[in-house]
Amino acid sequence: MPTYHLQHLTVRHRGASSGAPSGGPLPALGDLSLTIEQGEQLALIGPSGAGKTTLLATLACAQQPANGTFTMFDQDPWALGEAARHRLRARLFLAPQTPPLPPRQRVVTAVLAAHLPQWSIWRALASLFKPADPQAAWQALARFNLGDKLYSRVDRLSGGERQRCGLARLLLSPAEALLVDEPLSALDPVLSELTLSTLREEAAARNATLVCSLHQVDLALAHFPRIVALRAGRIAFDLPREQVTPQMIAQLYQGEPARPAPPAAPEPETLPVKPGAGACL
Amino acid sequence: MHRPMSARSSTQLAAQSAARLAAQLPAHLHRDPAWRGRIMACLLTVFIVWPMLVLSEFKPWILWDWQSLSATGRFLSDFLVPAHDPEFLQLLLRETWQTVAIATAGLALAMVVAIPATLIITDRLSISALGTGRTRLPARLLRQGVRWLLIVLRSVPELVWALLFVRIIGFGPTAGVLAIALTYCGMLGKVYAEILESSDTHSTDTLLANGSSRLAALLYGALPESASELMSYTVYRWECAIRGSVVMGFVGAGGLGQRMDESMKMLAGAEVSSMLLVFVLLVALADLFSKILRRRLG
Repeated sequence: MPTYHLQHLTVRHRGASSGAPSGGPLPALGDLSLTIEQGEQLALIGPSGAGKTTLLATLACAQQPANGTFTMFDQDPWALGEAARHRLRARLFLAPQTPPLPPRQRVVTAVLAAHLPQWSIWRALASLFKPADPQAAWQALARFNLGDKLYSRVDRLSGGERQRCGLARLLLSPAEALLVDEPLSALDPVLSELTLSTLREEAAARNATLVCSLHQVDLALAHFPRIVALRAGRIAFDLPREQVTPQMIAQLYQGEPARPAPPAAPEPETLPVKPGAGACL
Repeated sequence: MHRPMSARSSTQLAAQSAARLAAQLPAHLHRDPAWRGRIMACLLTVFIVWPMLVLSEFKPWILWDWQSLSATGRFLSDFLVPAHDPEFLQLLLRETWQTVAIATAGLALAMVVAIPATLIITDRLSISALGTGRTRLPARLLRQGVRWLLIVLRSVPELVWALLFVRIIGFGPTAGVLAIALTYCGMLGKVYAEILESSDTHSTDTLLANGSSRLAALLYGALPESASELMSYTVYRWECAIRGSVVMGFVGAGGLGQRMDESMKMLAGAEVSSMLLVFVLLVALADLFSKILRRRLG
C-alpha cells in the first residue's frame, strides 16, 4: 500500500501565510507525480526555493493542492470532512526546519507534545503539571545525546540542540509517515551522521515512511536509497541512488542565480514581500 | 555724464512711486476685511457661553472668599495627618478587604467567560484554515457574534453597569462584582485574543499540522509563548478593578469607595487621606505581584 500517491499535482503559494508571492505566473509545485510506498525512505534534494518545503507541507496536509490527485494512506484528505482529515494528520509527523518549540517551555514538555494527538485534553493538562512519561522523553533525547537537557528550558538550548530536541519529539510520535525538513541545518558533521542514522533506524524499526529534505547531497546519497530532486517546483529526477551521477547533481544545482521565478526570491518590481518569511512552514 | 544722470533719476523715481503708492492706498483697504468677522465671532461666543456659565453656576470667585478658603484649608490640612484611631483602622481594614474581594471576584468571574470567548474569537488555532487559509462560514459567524458581544460588554462603562445593578439588587458589593465581571470580560477576551495573535505561531501551527486538537495546541504551543504577557495583563486588570470598585463604591456598590464617599461628604480629610494611602499601597502591591510573576514565567 503506498503511503502517498501524487499525480500531476499543482500547488500554489499561499500568499499571506507563507510570505511568497501569490498569483504569480509559476506555481510552487507543478505537474508533480510521485508514489511513495509504506516504509520507504527517500531524500528530497534541490536548490533553495525549489519547492522542497512546499512539497513536505503538501504531504503533511498542511497545504491544499490546486490541481491533480493526492492520496495519503489511500484516501484523499481534501475530499474528507474536516474532522476525518485532522485524524489523518495524527498519522503523520512533520518536523519543520525551524524547531517549533516555544522558548519558555521545558524540553520534557516539548518532547512529550508528540503524544498530543492521542491524548485527551485532561491528560494533556495533567502532563503540563507533572510530565506524563519523562522516561520516554529522556530515552528519545538520549538518542540525540541530549539526555541531560530533559528538564532545561528550550531557550537555554543552542540552535543545534533545539533542532535535535524537535527531532526527539518525532521519535516519540507514533506516526506512520515522518516528514523532516532539513534536519541538519544547525548541526556539525558528526551530529549530522548521528541524526540521519537515528532517523533511519527509527523509521525502519516501525516501518514508517521517511521523507527528508536535505541540502547535503553527499549525506543524502550515503543514507537514502531513493533520491528525489526538485528544481523550480518540478521533479528533475527520481532515481535509486546508484543511478544518480555527479553530472546530474551538477546540472541540478547549476545556474542557481538565474532560475525562473523562484518562490524564495521574488522579483522586487512586481511584488513587495516580507524578507525572510518564506522559508519555513 | 548722461548715464549716471539717468541712474540717479531712476532711483529717485522708485522712491517717489513708493511714496505715492503709500499715499494713494485706497481708503477701503485701510479696513482689514476679516476684522468685522472676528469681532462678531467674539461677541457671539460671549453671547452663547455666558448663559452656559450662568446655567452651570460657574462662579470661580467663590473659591476665593474667606469661608471657602478656610474650608478648603481645613480639609487639606487634615490630609497631613491621616486618620489612624484604632476604630477607624479596623473599619478601613474591613473595607479594604471588601474592595480586594470585589475586584478579585469580579475579575475571576470575568475570566471564566473571557477565556472560552478568547478561544472562539482568535483567528489562530483554526483547524479548518489549515492548508486552505479559509475558515468555514458558520465558524466565521460565531466568531463575529462573540466579538460583537465582547464589544457590547466592554463599551458600557462599569459605572453604568454598577448603577444598573444597584437598582436591581440593591446596595452592596454584589453589584460591584457583577459590574466588574461584565465589563472586564469584554476587555480580557479582546486583549487575550490579541496577545495570542501577536505571538509567534510556528509552534502552534506545527502542533495543529501534526494532528493536535485546538485546546492541546493552545496549551502546548500558544500559552508558553505568551504566558507572561497574559499574566501581566491580567494583574494589571486586577489593579484597574481595584480602582474601578472604588469609583463604583460612590454609587453604592460597597467597598472603600462607599466609605470614601461618606468621608468626603463629611469633609473628613484625614479619613480620605488614609484611604488614598491604602489605594497607593494596593496598586504598589499589584505591581510587585506582577513583577514576581513575570520573573517566574519570563
